[in-house]
Amino acid sequence: MAKITHEQKITCYHCGDDCDHFPIESEGFSFCCVGCKNVFAILSNNNLCDYYNLESNPGTAVRNPVSKTKFNYLDDEQVLSKLIDFNDGHIQKITLFIPVMHCSSCIWLLESLYKLDKGITSSRVNFLKKNLSLTFKSDTTSLRKIVELLSSIGYEPAINLNDVETQVKKSENKRLSYQIGVAGFCFGNIMLISFPEYFGLDEFAKENFSRMFGFLNMILALPVFLFSAQDYFINAIKGLRKNHIGIDVPLALGIFVLFTRSAYEIISHTGIGYFDTLAGLVFFLLIGKWFQQKTFDTLSFERDYKSYFPIAVGVIINKTETSVPVNNLKIGDRIIIRNNELIPADSILMNGDANIDFSFVTGESATVRKVLGEIIYAGGRQIGETIELEVTKKVSQSYLTQLWNSEHFAKENENHIQTFQQTVSRYFTFALVIIALVSAIWWLIFDPSLSLNAFTSVLIIACPCALALSSPFALGTAMRILGRNKFYIKSPEVVEQIAKTKSIVFDKTGTITQSNEAKIEFVGNSLSEKEIQIIASLSKHSVHPLSKKIFSFFYQSKVLPVTNFKEETGKGLQGFVGNDEVKIGSYKFLFSDESVNSDSPDLFTKVYVMINNDLRGYFKIEHSYRKGLTQLILQLKKHFSLYLLSGDNDGDRKNMQEIFGDDAQLFFKQSPMGKLNFIEQLQMQHKHVMMIGDGLNDAGALKASNVGISVSENTSHFSPASDVIMDASVFNNTYRFIQFAKNTTKVIKISFMISLFYNIIGLSFAVQGNLSPLIAAILMPLSSVTVIAFTTIATTLYSKKGGLE
Amino acid sequence: MSVMYILIGCSLLMAIGFLIAFIWFVKSGQMDDVYTPSVRILFDDIENKTTNSNKNEPIKND
Repeated sequence: MAKITHEQKITCYHCGDDCDHFPIESEGFSFCCVGCKNVFAILSNNNLCDYYNLESNPGTAVRNPVSKTKFNYLDDEQVLSKLIDFNDGHIQKITLFIPVMHCSSCIWLLESLYKLDKGITSSRVNFLKKNLSLTFKSDTTSLRKIVELLSSIGYEPAINLNDVETQVKKSENKRLSYQIGVAGFCFGNIMLISFPEYFGLDEFAKENFSRMFGFLNMILALPVFLFSAQDYFINAIKGLRKNHIGIDVPLALGIFVLFTRSAYEIISHTGIGYFDTLAGLVFFLLIGKWFQQKTFDTLSFERDYKSYFPIAVGVIINKTETSVPVNNLKIGDRIIIRNNELIPADSILMNGDANIDFSFVTGESATVRKVLGEIIYAGGRQIGETIELEVTKKVSQSYLTQLWNSEHFAKENENHIQTFQQTVSRYFTFALVIIALVSAIWWLIFDPSLSLNAFTSVLIIACPCALALSSPFALGTAMRILGRNKFYIKSPEVVEQIAKTKSIVFDKTGTITQSNEAKIEFVGNSLSEKEIQIIASLSKHSVHPLSKKIFSFFYQSKVLPVTNFKEETGKGLQGFVGNDEVKIGSYKFLFSDESVNSDSPDLFTKVYVMINNDLRGYFKIEHSYRKGLTQLILQLKKHFSLYLLSGDNDGDRKNMQEIFGDDAQLFFKQSPMGKLNFIEQLQMQHKHVMMIGDGLNDAGALKASNVGISVSENTSHFSPASDVIMDASVFNNTYRFIQFAKNTTKVIKISFMISLFYNIIGLSFAVQGNLSPLIAAILMPLSSVTVIAFTTIATTLYSKKGGLE
Repeated sequence: MSVMYILIGCSLLMAIGFLIAFIWFVKSGQMDDVYTPSVRILFDDIENKTTNSNKNEPIKND
């Protein structure tokens, strides 16, 4: 075990953080905090120090020790029964989600849990899903003990309301794997058996083997027809019932005709059938389906408030604290919220010093101070001491959660999106049926013996295999490329939706501004204690974001009364504090000097301070706008109509208008419901709306919009339900992503042309009634492979051209 | 030429064997997590090393 310490800078042996000047020493190693040291102690006592050998500094800092009572609710039978996957009275099984899991050391430690708790019989990690599956003896240990153990070593599982309310979908898509396996197996063997026929058999072989090969092929094709292709029939019938003709209809028709005609030929001994084409067709189709099913395991696109709310909360009943499931909270209940706990329902502050972080709701991480008697909305997180609140509304009726009662969340808007493929396949199907009928009638007149042959041949050869493959492969490839660029898409159809975008609506806080605090420094001679008080007192009177920042910069100082206060919006403030005249504002405001140009808006703002006509210096306040915002807006402005919806006051309006330009419409003080309604209004004007937001207050708007993009600093941590989750670091690439989505739909259109071209060639054989099995067997895979190769290569090339990785 | 019947039968049987194996793998969950096992396989060496040097209780891995 090598000691990893540096002479110059001491880093924590556990988590790798800087230890500053006061490292805590233990057993010859340095730690940044007591939490990290404790974890190390637990591990070293149990011979688990290999944890530190697999990767250096694998741990996560444990700065906020969890309160002892936090997990008491896990002893509650009702809660337990909903969390546990399996329970026979002695053995229990559970799957926990552990967000901090990040390296191979984590896997190793979590899978060695049985060394720490003898009651655990097995622990298995699924790293991509960040899941830990545990089996334990309920006689020796309990879920609460295990969760407490996990928290004590820095791997606190995330257990939230969602786990209790919805049953986790267990059915992995294994069915598709079986279908592909069966289709692949049959395809290969049918090809093998059909090969001799392609090259022509001599008389002897024909007599002996032809019939046997035919029947073998039929037997092999049966599982493909009945099992692998099942979904196409089901979907086609479902679609027809709803009067909706999708691509499944011609596919099902083609597959059905292929099978019946081939079976007829084999049984009547008139030919060898097209079973090879049938099996190949289904196999390729299923591969396409599988390809576009790429999912991002660690991301969840369906999160609502339930994914963040706790399961239970401490309630004072008869002067003692009992843990009560949040769904059972009643109006009037006294709840206790500790440091870092979430307030589950709208309530009134009764006791304690509330300092609430509303970042879940608004994206703004600066905390808000609340006084006794004030209403605190659900979703806030208390930072600091323990507080007591009285519930005023039930969890489901709180200000924020009400959003989910609106109709948007009630109905699943399926079939809402009409993809290009669906539009085309409708016309395609009609054209196909007409061509088939016309050629059947034609031959009925001139040579009736060929009529049925021509009719079925048309349906077989025109079976839109290549057509059905182009969308999945183009969109699947696009989805992978965008995923590599940290732009994670819920489902492939979203790519087409992005390409159609006409209007883009931005949220402000947390979306175009960064949620971490802006840097601020004072440039000039150092200020005296009294001067600090004066500046802080004046700036407290303004709600302008810059004033707020200056005030919070001097937070500790005492506030003095201000007289003759005057504010010129967007320019500056002035007033008297005692006998001192103070002016804070732009250079222009202080000196009425028009010649000086304002600083470049993208880097930082200078706010000058003048006390008694003496310029003391300026505050250099860095903008908290996301990197590249100005350039991005410049690009977007040319192609889309832009809107801004902010929950904040309009103090930032001037800066925003400068960035967004005069054409953009900016709206401030928008409620979550207001944002939702605004999106609907735009859609009423037949605009295709993209919403870019981040907090739970945008959840309604994200859901209502055609494309909802949620921007997230930490993709595995927090994001409301949306179509796309975008990593905040690639925010400035938004325009490129939209461009790429447009190019992808272009690729799909071209590949449709290619597959139509193949279809026309095939049809020219078919209508003449002389489609040989060999031609079908060559044409079908050839067209499929061309389309697959074209779409993947073209999409990849476009991504390179668009500057994506 | 009748040996062909046997050969075709054999090849089909083998192929069916592979198909069954494939279905079995999927069913047993081998396709569910394609990343963690690649990390896990490296752990055994370390665990054995620890056992040899520390003479701990035998580690059961299930």
